[in-house]
Amino acid sequence: MLPAPPLIEARTVVKRFGALLANDHVDLSVAEREVHALLGENGAGKSTLVKILYGLLQPTEGTLLWQGAPFSLRNPAEARQRGIGMVFQHFSLFDALTVAENVALALDGNESVARVSDRLAEVSRAYGLPLEPGREVWRLSVGERQRIEIVRCLMQSPRLLILDEPTSVLTPQECEGLFATLERVKAEGCAVLYISHKLEEVRRICESATILRHGKVVGNCDPRQESAASLAEMMVGSKVAPARHDRLTTAGEVRLAVTGLSLPSPDPHGTSLREVGLEVRAGEVFGIAGVAGNGQDELFAALSGEMLAEAAGTIRIDGVATGRLGINARRLMGGAFVPEERLGHAAAPAFRLSDNALASGHATNGFVQRGMIDRAATRVWVERVVKAFDVRKGPRDPEAKALSGGNLQKFIVGREILRNPRLLIVSQPTWGVDAGAASLIRQALIDLSRSGAAVLVISQDLDELFEIADRMAVIFHGRISSPLDTEGLRREAVGLLMGGAGFAADAVDEAA
Amino acid sequence: MRIVLTRRDDAPAWMALVSPLIAVALTLLSGAVMFALLGLDPLKALGVYFISPISDGWALQELAVKATPLILISVGLSLCYLSNNWNIGAEGQFVMGAIFGGWVAIATHGAANGPWVFPAMMLAGMLGGAALAMIPAILKTRLSVNEILTSLMLVYVAELLLDWLVRGPWRDPKGFNFPQSVMFDKEAQVMRLMADGRINLGTPIAIIVVVIAAIMMARTLKGFEIRLVGAAPRAARFAGFDEKRLTWTVFAISGALAGLAGIIEVSGTMGQLQPSVSPGYGFTAIIVAFLGRLNPIGCLIAGVVLAITFIGGENAQISLRLPLDVTRVFQGMLLFYVLACDAVLNYRIALVRTGGAAA
Ligand SMILES: Nc1ncnc2c1ncn2[C@@H]1O[C@H](COP(=O)(O)OP(=O)(O)OP(=O)(O)O)[C@@H](O)[C@H]1O
Ligand SMILES: [Mg+2]
Repeated sequence: MLPAPPLIEARTVVKRFGALLANDHVDLSVAEREVHALLGENGAGKSTLVKILYGLLQPTEGTLLWQGAPFSLRNPAEARQRGIGMVFQHFSLFDALTVAENVALALDGNESVARVSDRLAEVSRAYGLPLEPGREVWRLSVGERQRIEIVRCLMQSPRLLILDEPTSVLTPQECEGLFATLERVKAEGCAVLYISHKLEEVRRICESATILRHGKVVGNCDPRQESAASLAEMMVGSKVAPARHDRLTTAGEVRLAVTGLSLPSPDPHGTSLREVGLEVRAGEVFGIAGVAGNGQDELFAALSGEMLAEAAGTIRIDGVATGRLGINARRLMGGAFVPEERLGHAAAPAFRLSDNALASGHATNGFVQRGMIDRAATRVWVERVVKAFDVRKGPRDPEAKALSGGNLQKFIVGREILRNPRLLIVSQPTWGVDAGAASLIRQALIDLSRSGAAVLVISQDLDELFEIADRMAVIFHGRISSPLDTEGLRREAVGLLMGGAGFAADAVDEAA
Repeated sequence: MRIVLTRRDDAPAWMALVSPLIAVALTLLSGAVMFALLGLDPLKALGVYFISPISDGWALQELAVKATPLILISVGLSLCYLSNNWNIGAEGQFVMGAIFGGWVAIATHGAANGPWVFPAMMLAGMLGGAALAMIPAILKTRLSVNEILTSLMLVYVAELLLDWLVRGPWRDPKGFNFPQSVMFDKEAQVMRLMADGRINLGTPIAIIVVVIAAIMMARTLKGFEIRLVGAAPRAARFAGFDEKRLTWTVFAISGALAGLAGIIEVSGTMGQLQPSVSPGYGFTAIIVAFLGRLNPIGCLIAGVVLAITFIGGENAQISLRLPLDVTRVFQGMLLFYVLACDAVLNYRIALVRTGGAAA
């Protein structure tokens, strides 16, 4: 008997965006029931390739084979009919609608919402993915939203499930849940194509991997036989060094002081800040750990000045009360800010990079003279950021949305660091960034602090905080723990705090 | 079967410019079909509509007079629409400008007045338009009231106020009981530019406004702010721009420009206040703004195109005995095709068979 042909195969697929070769004669094959990883640096062409497999982009050249027979996809609906499901990193859900209504809209049938709701409950029970069909989407966490997308795919009994960076938005517990689901899905006879920058989890769940570099396949391997370091090396083509971190010898004066900051969240489903207090000194990296949704967004908004505090004295920069000052006044005092959400918050998707440089730098970078924009200056600035942070972009001044996720992240971090701020507040600095670039960004944060700036990093990634922070605190239900020295700190201690142990009893009560 | 629209990421930039041209072509084509169905020679009828308004010097002057208010208003509306502020009450702001500016003319009527009267009227007109536009802006920012409804409803308030004024307190005592105000003094009328024809100072003013707005949108931080607030409000907040204050600013500017158009129209072409002072310039300017891609220069071109339909309509009424409503049909078709072309060019349209697929 002949060996069974692979479930899906891409042969010499080429995809061009203008002059840019995003996929350069790529071969990929995924066997039945296989969990296959697609690895590569930011901008290597991973998302482009899976969008082709899902019918969202048309290949410039090349063929696709399904169980050995050539086929083509004109749109995602055709892909779904064949049994290909895809979960995107950024979901397309309507907040005001219920879970069942969202799923009914996305299915290619005209089933009644009631019927969809029944089937949805059935599937979510069968796979151990708890979801209430009648709940509105805005009430749900990111993990639950992703569950909707997964269940929607599973309801169409897929043969191949594609996941593009599914875990970069999940908490560790939610990740465990996802892995358990993938086990089930595989047992049901479905193959999985999995994109992730987290190499440890790839080693854990994937049986084979295809590695892309600059749009070309540079290797195939069994990740279980490799180490995270050797995988990273294959992706980058050279060794990836962890961030170099000297012991902090002398912390300087207090640069950012927050005392008794309480702030009700404007969003009815947000977390209010309660009596937050912390100090960040010149020369140090201070980490805020915590499970997503514990007030990180509100803390960032309050510190950046996007949301004003009730009393000016609750936030001080260099001793000056800034609680009632807007974000540009704080920038003029030496502050710089990097929000968590790249597209839509840190950058306007349809605006060019030079315009996005103008957006955060118009008050401080001399881009504006007497109300008139100096376009040449913004373009020069973009080139400087691109060079210093190795941002790979196609054309000279592309729109932000044309950059791959990780390259845009390098741009928005680099845009702030290159200004040499005295105080940098950054949320999730290496979200969806490949190993090499993550190390570059972390090193830049450490170097900035050592040159005398105060750096506050809000991150859900404990490994990251242990790598770069000198001190850290935990945020839980809008409260912040007392600071802990990273040196000699046990991860379990931080884990307990993240679960709420050690916080005042009333804070834990509210959790219940 | 159902229709699915998916956004094209690869729509080239030149499409934004070609799409209005296609829309104009389709409008002409549909117009030809419509005339044929009405039993008219399509070529001759289209000639009356679209060629006669640009056929001689006098007609061109008329064209400028009609295009001027459309351009002034649509430039202001573009600023609103770009920043996600849906002011559709420019018609009312136009009328309010006419009332405020007209008040200056009526109050100084017959008195020995100097060259300051006309600038004062323009200022008052801008103030009137801006004041009316601020109502929806304040309601929106303070109470989150939808500005589409409030700005539209205020149109009727302004129109009824004018109607009452010219029938009541401001009626010309020597006007044989006609509902109209006194004729404005010579100092209170917009300066005519030519001896034979009605082109007046309003047209150069509109062109200056277009130039200023074009520079503002392309080169200044304010223009950048307007675009950013409309395209990505959260990113605009991160940039430190105040969305609410901007709402006030763009409503004030667009109201002032509509009010300016109103007083120019009244003092330039009518010379007095009448119960109705606009053939719908404030609404037609919405079409102009979109046809002009919310771009000041685009509004200048689109304003001329729409002015042609106004004059063509009047000519057709006389020489083809067609009702004036045909003008509205043309304007409606144009807006329809502009929006449709945008949809077709920016979205991939697919028919999806339903049923059975979700097994
Ligand atoms: N619509 C587009 N227009 C132009 N260039 C594009 C477009 N989409 C992607 N690119 C470019 O194609 C290259 C590959 O992008 P892709 O999104 O596939 O990368 P990726 O491997 O998914 O990276 P990441 O890990 O950062 O998400 C990048 O250089 C990107 O800038
Ligand atoms: Mg990607």
